[in-house]
Amino acid sequence: MFDSPILKTIFGRLTFESFPVHEPILLGTFIVVVLLGAGIVAAVTRYRLWGWLWSEWFTSVDHKKIGIMYIMLGIVMLLRGFADALMMRAQQAMAFGANEGYLPAHHYDQVFSAHGTIMIFFVAIPLVVGLINYVMPLQIGARDVAFPFLNNLSFWLTAAGAGLVMVSLFVGEFSRGGWLNYVPVTNLQNSPDTGPDYYLWALQIAGVGTTLSAINMVTTIIKMRAPGMTMMKMPVFCWTALCSNVLAIAIFPVLTGAFALLMLDRYIGTDFFTNDLGGNPMMYWNLVWIWGHPEVYVLVLPVFGIYSEVTSTFCGKRLFGYSSMVYATVVITILSYLVWLHHFFTMGSGASVNSFFGIATMVISIPTGAKIFNWLFTMYRGEIRFELPMRWVVAFMLTFVVGGMTGVLLAVPPADFVLHNSLFLVAHFHNVIIGGVVFGLFAGIDYWWPKAFGFKLDPFWGKLHFWGWVIGYWVAWTPIYIVGLMGTTRRVRHFDDPSLQIWFVIAAIGAVIILFGILAFVIQIAVSIINREKLRDTTGDPWNGRTLEWSTSSPPPAYNFAFTPVVHDLDAWYDMKSRGHARPDGGFRPIHMPRNTGAGVILSGIAAVLGFAMVWYIWWLAALSFVALVAVAIGHTFNYNRDYFIPSDEVARCEREHALLAGAA
Amino acid sequence: MSASEGTHDAALHAHGDTHGHGSRRGYLMGFALSVLLTAIPFWLVMSGVLSDVQTTAALIIVLAFVQILVHTVSFLHVNTRSEGGWTLMAYAFTAVLVLIVISGSLWIMYHLNSNMMPMAAAEMGNGM
Amino acid sequence: MASHALNGDPADNPTFYLVEADEHDHSAGGGTLLGFWIYLMSDALIFASLFAVYGVMATSYAGGPTPREIFELPLVAVNTAILLVSSITYGFSMLAMEEDRLGATRLWLIVTALLGLAFVGVEMYEFGNLIAEGATPQRSGFLSAFFTLVATHGLHVTIGVIWIGVMLVQLVQRGLHVENKRRLQCLSMFWHFLDVVWIGVFTFVYLLGVLR
Repeated sequence: MFDSPILKTIFGRLTFESFPVHEPILLGTFIVVVLLGAGIVAAVTRYRLWGWLWSEWFTSVDHKKIGIMYIMLGIVMLLRGFADALMMRAQQAMAFGANEGYLPAHHYDQVFSAHGTIMIFFVAIPLVVGLINYVMPLQIGARDVAFPFLNNLSFWLTAAGAGLVMVSLFVGEFSRGGWLNYVPVTNLQNSPDTGPDYYLWALQIAGVGTTLSAINMVTTIIKMRAPGMTMMKMPVFCWTALCSNVLAIAIFPVLTGAFALLMLDRYIGTDFFTNDLGGNPMMYWNLVWIWGHPEVYVLVLPVFGIYSEVTSTFCGKRLFGYSSMVYATVVITILSYLVWLHHFFTMGSGASVNSFFGIATMVISIPTGAKIFNWLFTMYRGEIRFELPMRWVVAFMLTFVVGGMTGVLLAVPPADFVLHNSLFLVAHFHNVIIGGVVFGLFAGIDYWWPKAFGFKLDPFWGKLHFWGWVIGYWVAWTPIYIVGLMGTTRRVRHFDDPSLQIWFVIAAIGAVIILFGILAFVIQIAVSIINREKLRDTTGDPWNGRTLEWSTSSPPPAYNFAFTPVVHDLDAWYDMKSRGHARPDGGFRPIHMPRNTGAGVILSGIAAVLGFAMVWYIWWLAALSFVALVAVAIGHTFNYNRDYFIPSDEVARCEREHALLAGAA
Repeated sequence: MSASEGTHDAALHAHGDTHGHGSRRGYLMGFALSVLLTAIPFWLVMSGVLSDVQTTAALIIVLAFVQILVHTVSFLHVNTRSEGGWTLMAYAFTAVLVLIVISGSLWIMYHLNSNMMPMAAAEMGNGM
Repeated sequence: MASHALNGDPADNPTFYLVEADEHDHSAGGGTLLGFWIYLMSDALIFASLFAVYGVMATSYAGGPTPREIFELPLVAVNTAILLVSSITYGFSMLAMEEDRLGATRLWLIVTALLGLAFVGVEMYEFGNLIAEGATPQRSGFLSAFFTLVATHGLHVTIGVIWIGVMLVQLVQRGLHVENKRRLQCLSMFWHFLDVVWIGVFTFVYLLGVLR
């Protein structure tokens, strides 16, 4: 439409055709999103909340608020990613024989790519990082993380990446190259559209955020533990958070490198992953899977930590085999870096390479299995309370073991030659990610919610949430395992063999059951907020917890601990309770805290504009935003006034309120 | 502001800000060694004194690793004491990962190339 | 203080809180150097993946020029010398900083920045020559990998030079403030880290390339 060179200069390749007004599904979604967004903006304006949002949340460097914002981002993106899942399930349940379904191939390919990308990068990562952000500093007795501003910046970079992915829904289109944006599909000559560019820019921006956050968390754990907390007295969740973040630091640079090279291919015409002029598409697969396999452990390790904390608390026992748990975590961290080739056994490596990586993969199941036994032995002869978090643990163990075993099956190279890229594989990784990561995240949310907000989540809707996910998972994925074993391949939009249809219909029913679980989750939160006075916890320790986060009030004050705790035992808070600790009620001192700053929001906003401009070839805007990015970043280093003191009478007032509350209980 | 700076500084040192510092001697020693370790490989390659290419290659690779160690110790001040050993541990861990990434990629891609290149097809056919 | 409480028998008289004045976990400071070091480790892994790509594509000439035809070792030797000298000049700046000599710190920083600029200049000259000869990054997989690896290092040096510039301004504004000292220490690690990467580049890319 824009033929004139001036408009081309101004808008790059952005034209009226870039807006998918001719696609009814997208248009409908767009209208709903706009109405919702307008409603939220109107409400915030009506109640004059912008200033409060800006100064109390957006610019906050408080690890607790950043953690909550991460989790909200993850939940919002979960709804988007799950909508994609429902669309795929509906398409596959109906597209048999003469019926072409309702999604054209072009659109279907974007849906499965967006589903995977969103679920891993913008649901699982923000939820895991959010929980670590909230809980870990409290567990180690710290007042914030090592780099509070960086923490805020990391969150907003992740949010900027998520924003770019959402924009791709309504302006232009998303990648059709699968969740890792595979070449050669995403080479320039095969995908000249904006899809892969949206993908690359969104994930580069979010990836920088994730790397910075990982560096921050590792430094925090190493440098800021309370006195007395040696490494082997650190709660398991902190250990798993440490290993997970170390792993993230080790792998995200490789992903950044791979994406940068693909960007060079697409923007300036280099020959890294091309099919001609000496390019090598397999090198892209090699690099993204050096990231990809350890990434699974980046997500699942902290969740193993959550299960450990929950099991120990709700069985009223010290965790069985703490040191073996720690060693298992460390071993998994290292081994996970040695298995990436099992994602492309079939690509032509010889027997020696395939055997090495196959055996390395199978070996990982040993420390993982050891963990399962540790949880079981913790439960053995424990006084188990089947509260919501503990239910998730049991469901996890039953579900995850199946996923683990199909994983060992896939690790056998000859078996993988049969099952590679089949729906069996898809069922396997959904089994470990839903049954492992997602269940654990819900356990963590149910477990730590009272700490974050001062009231428990409603157990009735929590049970519906639980059963929706557990039953839904099994109904949705058992048939996929079965058709996968029969040889059905993944990423297929239409089937010819009508005998398969029944399985896909069952799977779609399962997805609807999960939908009820998700709705119950949203209702659970709403009902709990409405009934918060009834669900109120005034003690700060509603579950009879064992670690330091339960030693402070719920929600904790901005400074977390008026006095830094001193640790004598692994279960520090349990130790304090059983030996009659006395919380000091006087002698408060001013507390040194970091100051809020808007630099993180501004930098991330500019980064998002830069990404958008580069996607659409709007060179002037890209150059402008790049210069602005550098200028703001350098300008921020001239701000030396980054901290302040909370005066002692303010601390005293806060602590008195908490004591009153605890006394009232 | 200035008062808080004072406590800052004290706190920094009290809590073992033991990140390595260099001495003038250490820097000069390191510099002399690295000049030597840089000059030798350039000389070996540019003059071609060793007729055997393989030996030259092996030698300059060894020299490169030695020089990396020299820089690490005398310029980056990595030792067992700095930051309670965490610096060294991070360095060693990264070194292992760098080796895994590079050697693993080369091994895998070499295999892929030798198995999947079109010109190898004829040989594979014979092998069957 | 804390350690004393821990050494005493905890069963008799357990101490569960630090009541003394204490700046234990204030956020600005203590972890910066370690955190920056960890960042450098992640940067090392970016370079590792670029080296891996270069290693895989080192012979993907696609009928284009080979290393022996295009690499000019004398130029590389000059550049290596420049970078090596810049690390000792940065070292002198750090020594001056530890002795609280602001003038000498700044002087050596300026020398280092000039050497860094010279390094980048020589590299751009080399790239210009290559492109003029038709050995462009688009020509072959080998050249793409070569340009990307070397230019990424060059980009880091450029960032280092800009950082030195910013530090010079901040040193004028605030002198050897504790925060500035910490930043200079981070920059020191950054600068010497780039030198380590360059050892890999001149050995594996240039010298081994010419040998091949």
